[in-house]
Amino acid sequence: MLDDFFMRAVLAGLGLALVAGPLGSFVVWRRMAYFGDSTAHAAILGVALALAFDVSIYAGTLAVAVAMASLVSALVARGQAMDTMLGVLSHSALAFGLVAISFVPSARSDLSAYLFGDILAVGRLDLALIWTGAALVLGLLILRWQRLVTSSLNEELAMAAGIDPRLERLVLSLCLAVVVALAIRVVGSLLISAMLIVPAAAARGWTRTPERMAAGAALVAAASVLAGLWSSLRLDTPAGPSIVTAAAVFFLLSQGVRRA
Amino acid sequence: MPGDALIESRTLTINRPGTSEPVLARVDFRICPGEIVTVVGPNGSGKSSLIRALLGHMPLAEGSVTRRTGLRIGYVPQRVQLDTAIPMTVRRFLSLPRRVTDAQAQEALDRTGVPGLGARQLTQLSGGQFQRVLLARALLSDPHLLVLDEPTQGLDQPGIVAFYQLIEEVRRQTGAGILMVSHDLLVVMRSSDRVVCLNGHVCCEGTPQHVSTAPEYLALFGAEAEGTLALYRHCHDHDHDLVPEGGHIHGPGCSHGHTSEPTAASH
Repeated sequence: MLDDFFMRAVLAGLGLALVAGPLGSFVVWRRMAYFGDSTAHAAILGVALALAFDVSIYAGTLAVAVAMASLVSALVARGQAMDTMLGVLSHSALAFGLVAISFVPSARSDLSAYLFGDILAVGRLDLALIWTGAALVLGLLILRWQRLVTSSLNEELAMAAGIDPRLERLVLSLCLAVVVALAIRVVGSLLISAMLIVPAAAARGWTRTPERMAAGAALVAAASVLAGLWSSLRLDTPAGPSIVTAAAVFFLLSQGVRRA
Repeated sequence: MPGDALIESRTLTINRPGTSEPVLARVDFRICPGEIVTVVGPNGSGKSSLIRALLGHMPLAEGSVTRRTGLRIGYVPQRVQLDTAIPMTVRRFLSLPRRVTDAQAQEALDRTGVPGLGARQLTQLSGGQFQRVLLARALLSDPHLLVLDEPTQGLDQPGIVAFYQLIEEVRRQTGAGILMVSHDLLVVMRSSDRVVCLNGHVCCEGTPQHVSTAPEYLALFGAEAEGTLALYRHCHDHDHDLVPEGGHIHGPGCSHGHTSEPTAASH
């Protein structure tokens, strides 16, 4: 079964969808969209470094994503104007990454694979990494679920219950960095945050509790992966953007459901 | 009876973050089981800081805070701004962060007078309903001490009166100590055992009768304080329970009477 490139693509996409739904819900709840963007854009810099130093792309993107997430968290904690700061970081990270990657001759030709993903080229090792990483992040989210939801709802209520909101924020930042590293092969640096935000936003309209929204987001993400890959196969469209397009269509449909 | 206090502070001093300028200076404070203590004071007088320091959410510059071992606190923070991006029913909210059974949730909602709201989204509640849901959630931990920071902000006058009646009822039923911050001087003075008047330090404290005639208090609150004095000559002959949506408007058409009109500010 795993010999088929299309099957591997489907499985890789579903693994990512499973974790992107719940994590993306937190991104929506906590209004971290820009935070996700800057971490994801920094991933391209990670790719450049990984290729230059001949280490795994996953290790490179993870390291840079963690560094970026810590930097953003530190700046936010110091009370910088968050919106502007994230805008500066997000686009600078992307620009730095693109410049850096131009110095790596081997990467120049398949730059678009890193920007928009290359899910149809996913190998067995990628698949194993994606599912292991997704299971780890999902496990961590489930383990800390009550604390994470409480501190996302209101930090003072969380503190009153003995929860340290800073710790929960750190957990989410690290999870985000891991998912960014996992997603770079699937949807690429530019579309990772779309994979997090669009399915969660689609699930928001028709769900009444945080758990249902997280599960609904995972469902929408999974359906987007299937629909995107199918259209990529039938219509020969690029896979990563097709997945995000499908998610956007689901979002539009959900808006209709909400009105009705 | 030292040692009987739920929370006690000695010479508690808090500085403005990053400075050595005190927000609160040398506050001695204590609250015992079954006591309703209200902290009043003008804006910026350090009321919320005092609460946060007593709860241990804020570093002290000086002094000490002692909480009874094993003390369970139910806390309703000031101006709870909920993130509207999170879908959340009242029932689910009551299970955060500690899961409770449906029966426990229902009992808490019954007790605070909002039994039918379990399935409602938090964002669809009125201000009064939301405060009652917050109180229900605080009661679920079976607290020894309830801490309410400006619990009646955004409520209309009948809503405020009804809320304080509910607080007194909770005290009677549970025997919990209740610590409140408030700016509704009139109602506070009526329903507290002890009032602490704060303005960077403790200006005066004691029974409502004592505080409302203290010169420090009158100096701080001026004309508004005059109304508090009038309150002690004012006698309520009617109750407001939970006000239905749309509110109960007092006007010439109201069938119930007032023995004296509570037009406090004009007294």
